[in-house]
Formats: sequence, C-alpha cells, structure tokens
Amino acid sequence: MNLPARAAASAAGPGVPAAEAVGIHKRFGSTQALRGVDLALRPGQCLGLVGRNGAGKSTLVSILSGVQPQDAGEIRFDGSPAPAPGATGAWRRKIATVFQHSMVVPGLTVAENVFLGRQPLRRGRRLGIVDWRRMREQTRQVMAEWGFEIDANEPCANLTVEQRQVVEIARALAAGTRCLLLDEPTAALERGAVQRLFERIRQLTGSGVAVLYISHHLEEVFEICQDVAVVRDGELVLTAPTAGLSTSDLVTAMVGAQAGAAAVRPAGAAHGAAGRNEPVRLAVEHVSLVSPGTSLIDVSLRVAAGERVGITGLRGSGATTLARVVAGATAPGAGRVLLDGRELPAGRRDVALRAGVGYIPEDRQREGFVATLGVAENVTMTITDLLARFAGVLLPGTRAAAAAPLARRLSVVSAGLGQPAGELSGGNQQKVTVARAVAREPTLIVAVTPTRGVDVASKELLLRALAEAADSGGRPGLLLATDELDDLVICDRVIVMVRGEVFAEFTQPPFGREELIAATEGLTLGGPAGRPDEQEPQT
Amino acid sequence: MSETAYDGPDVSSGPVEAPGSRAAVEAALQRQGRSRSAAAISLIREAALLPVLIVLIIVGTVLKGGTFLSVTNISGIGQQISALGVITVGESLILLIGGLDLSLESIYGLAPMVAAWLLVPAASFGNGAQLNPYLGIGIVFAVGAAVGIVNGLLIVKGRLNGFIVTLGMTILLAGIQDGIVKGESPFNLPGAFGYLGSAYIGKIPVSLIVTAIVFVVVGLFLRYHRIGRSIYAIGGNREAARAAGIKVNRIRIGVYVAGGTLAALAGLMEAGRVSSVTGSQGYGEGIIFSVFAAAVIGGVSLQGGRGNMVGAASGVILLGLIQNILDLINAPNYWIDAINGAVILFALILARIIGGEATAE
Repeated sequence: MNLPARAAASAAGPGVPAAEAVGIHKRFGSTQALRGVDLALRPGQCLGLVGRNGAGKSTLVSILSGVQPQDAGEIRFDGSPAPAPGATGAWRRKIATVFQHSMVVPGLTVAENVFLGRQPLRRGRRLGIVDWRRMREQTRQVMAEWGFEIDANEPCANLTVEQRQVVEIARALAAGTRCLLLDEPTAALERGAVQRLFERIRQLTGSGVAVLYISHHLEEVFEICQDVAVVRDGELVLTAPTAGLSTSDLVTAMVGAQAGAAAVRPAGAAHGAAGRNEPVRLAVEHVSLVSPGTSLIDVSLRVAAGERVGITGLRGSGATTLARVVAGATAPGAGRVLLDGRELPAGRRDVALRAGVGYIPEDRQREGFVATLGVAENVTMTITDLLARFAGVLLPGTRAAAAAPLARRLSVVSAGLGQPAGELSGGNQQKVTVARAVAREPTLIVAVTPTRGVDVASKELLLRALAEAADSGGRPGLLLATDELDDLVICDRVIVMVRGEVFAEFTQPPFGREELIAATEGLTLGGPAGRPDEQEPQT
Repeated sequence: MSETAYDGPDVSSGPVEAPGSRAAVEAALQRQGRSRSAAAISLIREAALLPVLIVLIIVGTVLKGGTFLSVTNISGIGQQISALGVITVGESLILLIGGLDLSLESIYGLAPMVAAWLLVPAASFGNGAQLNPYLGIGIVFAVGAAVGIVNGLLIVKGRLNGFIVTLGMTILLAGIQDGIVKGESPFNLPGAFGYLGSAYIGKIPVSLIVTAIVFVVVGLFLRYHRIGRSIYAIGGNREAARAAGIKVNRIRIGVYVAGGTLAALAGLMEAGRVSSVTGSQGYGEGIIFSVFAAAVIGGVSLQGGRGNMVGAASGVILLGLIQNILDLINAPNYWIDAINGAVILFALILARIIGGEATAE
C-alpha cells in the first residue's frame, strides 16, 4: 500500500522532535503554573505525562496544543516554530488532542466527523458544496490505512465510546497530524477496549506517530509508554525510560518530599469479622431493573454497620446501577431497599438523603456539584435544612462555618470557600462531591467510582476519608461501586457483578487482582462459579 | 481552563478540626473576610448597568432638562415600569431555575381580564356576575397560579419542552382573553380593584412601592433562603441538585407557580393604571420581549443559575428610561420600535463588555 502520509512523519529527520517545549513559563494571577518546562516528543515515541492534580499537566497540555499561549519559552514542531497563537487550523495539523470527553458530534456520520470543519469540496470550491463521495472515500482510506474498522456512513450516535475515540484519532490522522495528545484516554473504556487502544497506540508509534499519553493510571503508563515525564509544582522533575523505574519511583517523583504518606489502611481481618456481629444497615432485597445497557436481575445484598462493601464489574454489569438504586437516584422495577429495617421509597433521592444515605455519584461533572456555586454552598447543599434558622433563612456565614471543617477534612484546595466549584481542579471537585456526601453524617455512604480521574495522592486521601467515615462513631456502612480494583483495598467484602447478577463474593481481604478480574469477566479461577456464599474466599 | 490556575491559599493546611469547633468557626470567619473582596467584585458585576443608567439620565437631562427630572415625570416612569418590573421578577425566577416561560405575558393579560369580566356590569362589557372586587383580586392571583401549575406540571412531570408548552399556552390564553369578552375591553373597574395600579401615596405611585417590595423580598429570598439557594443549584446543575437530595421537581413547579402569580399581579397593576383591561394587554403588545430584554440585559442567564434581582431591576429601569426619553423627545412614532431594539442591543453589548463572560448569555 502506498503510504505517503506516513513517510512524511519522519521527513524532518530522525533526531528532530515531533513536538518540543522549551523553557515554558506560565502564570495565572498569583500562581506560577509552569516554571521553565522542557519537553521533547520524538516521532514514534509514546511518552507518558504524569503528575498530581494541579501540578501543571493540564496547563502544559493546553499550551502544547495551542489552546492558550505561554508567557515565555517556545513550542516547536518538527524543528520549526509553532503556528501563531489562535491559528487553530494550523495547530491542528501539527498536534491533536483526544480528550476525556468525546469531541465527536453524535448526529453526524463517521465521515463527517473525520472531516469536521474541513470537508472536501466539489470543483468550484468557492461555492462550498461538500463532495460527499470524496469525503466517504477518503474516510474509508484513512480507516483502512490504519486498520480501523468503522463504517464511514455510520452515524456516530450508534458508536461505542471506544469507537468514537477511534473516530477522533482518525480525524487527527486524516488531517495529517503526526503528533497526538491522549488525555486520560482510558477513563471511559472497559478493560478489553483499553487493550485494543494500546494495540492501536503501538501501531501508531510503530508508524512514526508521536504520542503524549496523559494518565493517572501508572500501570498503564508502564505498559504502553517507553518514557515517562513527571510534572510537579510546575516543573518537570523527571524524564526517564519506564523500563528502569518502579511504581514507587514514579509516585515519589510526583508527590515530592512528602512521599511515603501513610498508605490507606487496608481493612483488616478483625475488622471484617466485627462487621458480622453488627446490626444490618442496608438490606437490598430482590431488586430487579430492566433498562437498555444495564439491567439488574434479582439482586440481594446486605451491609452491616461499619462494614465496607465493594461492588465491582464491567461497564453494564449493573454494579453502578445497583448503587444508584440504593441511593435513590434510580427507581428499580422490583424489589426493596431497607435502611436500618425501614423501607426507602423507590427513586426518591431526597427521601433517601434525609433517611441517612450519603451519595457520591459516578459522574461528578453531571451530578457531583454545581459549577456556578461556591465551594461552601456545594459542600453544604445536603444540609441546608439543618443549617437554616427561622423559616428556612440560611445565612452565608452559617454555611461557611459549616463548610470550613468539611473542606479541611478533605483537604479541598481552593482560593476560598466562595470560589465557584467549576474553577477547581478535577481532584478538588471530587473532594467537594465527597464532602457534600458526608456532610450530613450519613448512616450509609454510597460511593460510585469516587477516585475516577484523580491523582494518586488525592485518591489515597479520598479512600482514607471514606474508610474513616465508615469507622466513625455512627458506624455507617459503606457501599463502594467501582471499576478501579485498587479502590477495593478499603473494603471488607467485595461483590462482583456480571450482566446484572451477583456473580461472586470475596469475603477475605486482601483481594487478589487476577481473581477479581477473572470474576468480572464471568470466569472463576480454580473452581466452578458458585453461588456467592459458596464462593471460596480468596487469599 | 487550567487546573493550576486556582491553587491559591491552601485550605487544607493545619490540623483537622471537628465540625463546629471554636477554631473551625474562627477560621471560617477569617476566610469570610477574605471573600468579602470577592463579594465587592461581584457587586461591581451586578452594577454593570449603572454607568449605562447614568449616561441615560444625563442624556435625558440634556435633552429635556426640567421636564425629565420633574417629580411628575420620575413618578410616571416608576408607574410605567412597575408592571414590567414585576413580570420580570417572575420570568427571572423561571430563568434562574433553568426554564423559560413565554406565557407570562398572556397571564398578565388574561388574569385581570377574567376578574374584570366577572366584576363589571354588562354595560361595561362584564358578564353580569358583578362579583365583589376583593374576590376579583383573588381571582386574578388564582388564574396566575393555576396557569403556573399547569405549565409546571406539563414541563416538569410531563417532560415536555418548556418553550413549546408555554408558546402554546400563550396563544391559548390570549385567545381566551379575547373570547370571553368578544374582543371588548371591560372598563369601570371598581376602585379597590384598580387601587394597586392607580393610587398614589404622596407623590409615589403605590404600584412602584409594591414593585420595590417584590424586588427586595424576592432578592432576599434568593440570597438568604434555602429554597432560594436551591433555585440557583437547580439552575446551575439540575442533576447535581437532585443527587444532593434537593426536591428538584417540587421547587421547579413552585417557581412556575410563583412566576404565574407575579405576572398576574403585574397584570392587575396595569389594569388599574389604564383603568380597563384591553384585549391587547400582554400578548397583543408583545410585552414578553421587553421582559426577556430586561432580564438578560440585567445579567440573568438564559442558561439558568446565574443572575440576581439587582441586575433584573437595573434592566427594567434601563428600558423604562429609554421609553421615557423617546416619549419626551417625541421620537417619530413609526421609528420607536427600531430605536428601542437598537438601544436594547447596544445595552446588551455594553453589559457584556463591562460584566465579562458570564453576563448577557
């Protein structure tokens, strides 16, 4: 096959970086976001970029992709200076970003999305009439050339998250871009899709495409990146081949001097045993729900006071849906949810809250906080009735006084409690969401993927906060639905769901990663799949 | 937006405090002091229209000096903008919660029409029932609230599109407004019924006092009442508000009812001012356009969750001043709409420039 586009990738010569940042400085108000960052991305290289939330990663990415200008320093592509700031089209031909949130227009076809904004035109280009035939043809070419199997005529609304990501990558490749920024590309993908993505990345880098891989998942960085760059406090503190590094080296580089912060205390065996003598906090009885994508089939489970129960499973397994049902965010088709023996009305989040169910929703952007309102207001949103004085009057001072200790407990970093939550970094937004959930001192905490998209240190802090909440005086139960297996370390018991049913239960921490993964896929290692109670405890 | 841009003072430093502990409260109070400067900035935003208002006052004074600044003229402006002001409060509430209601203009016409029709004698185009005027005032509010409930239920419970529901409702209500009186305009309104719109206390029109009270009460409610804050939360992010246990649907329906009731109150004041109810009151004159213009110029976001009563009031005053100046200088009749529209666009652009990104969306 004739591949002129690929040949162009190395036209600038082998030693010249595809993209290069030299001495980049950037300041926002009183904050020095970047102080002299040098970064080089070679053709064919997959470079991991890691750092805690707020370290300057996002700023660096936005400068590299031309979204905002640097204060000092230079960006170069293939050895020549970057296009002028604001020349979006020119930037896009040099470097393309695939964001966490899909930038695909669902109502348009694959071909239209691939050529979004630069559709091939018919003769007499001035008339601006789209040449559909050529657009489809070229889309098919790009897909075939890179081995992607997506129909050019398919409306993007019909595509999976994974396929939409491929469309975005194809869009960049079709424009001749040979430098890709992948920003948390696996955040919305399930395990199989992640492996396929890695395969594609290897194929891209094999053909000379440069990939900057931004992720909080260090194991992914080790798997796919040849090299890794660590940003901390606006500086590049480490650039090294991944082969010679360990996870703890990376974490140390990310966290800096305070490395080795106490690890999350894993749930001990004693703790787990104690859970069984405690009264039942939550009882889910024969809950069923039929909906497109995810269903629940006769699910029952119990959570004792002070017990921390994890639910995990693949996307669509029903793990998060079950959590939503318990929190009152989704009404089940059948079955009951009882808190301390009292039945909760189906799908009534407001009643569940007052009954004592704290809720950390899956998608914090959509359900976790109100971007336009301040930190204090968001954190106290669940307790306005408790804070209000006469006839519902609620003074801002009262809110601030109630919010301050909560923000402190979760180490929310903000410019003040009045700062709109939408302006905070992702990790801090998640802390606000968690603070909001625990503000009412719930008797049951329902947490759905509470650590998604946050950095290692914040992740630990959030998990510890959840574990501590479950250990506190009121002995609330914790129901943790997550697909991040690392989060399950704080659990006493883990339930694995497959296609809407409870598939396996692990009662003996620590939980083996391989066994958990096998169970989520509906397989059992060393023995037949049994009913939950017959499941062999895992060591 | 950069994640690093806001790494300001670190709230997390220092020991963890129990909620409500003395140290925690003191720390909070300290931070409140810090956020006071932020409050000052937001006040500047709220007052973004102040320069425009001042310019308009100067223009009016230069063009028509004594007449413009006379007590009669100013109280006249006050009376003229009262009705617009009260509907704008209603519409602002609905906009804040992330909705939109076109039918407020028809409520503004229909509610007093139904009451007037039941109050005045047949000779004045009533239906002959000649009800007690106080009962009539009750009917005005009942009609407003009832339409609000229907709108709210259709939009919130029926999950219908608010634009289309209220568009259909507007036309339906305007038709009823004409239909029940066969296109006539009931007059001879009883004194008590017309009091709010026509009476003066000293030189101050009662309608202006009522409007000021409505603005202040709703403004305080939005700022200091938990339901007022819930309105901002729902408008800012409905799903987040729901997940936080706020009774989203109940509050949304309640806001449609409040909007309808306020529009009815505005209609009552307008009926009193002109001492009859005409078929064109509301829908016929297209007052909803002025309502949206006033709210948006005043910084109430059409996306929901942003805006306040100070802004809405300045938007209303701005439109009132423009109207008044155009009247005073005898602007050519056929051109009044064009001038009005141009000034509205100009004010919108100016508000955006002064108020920044967040305003005038």
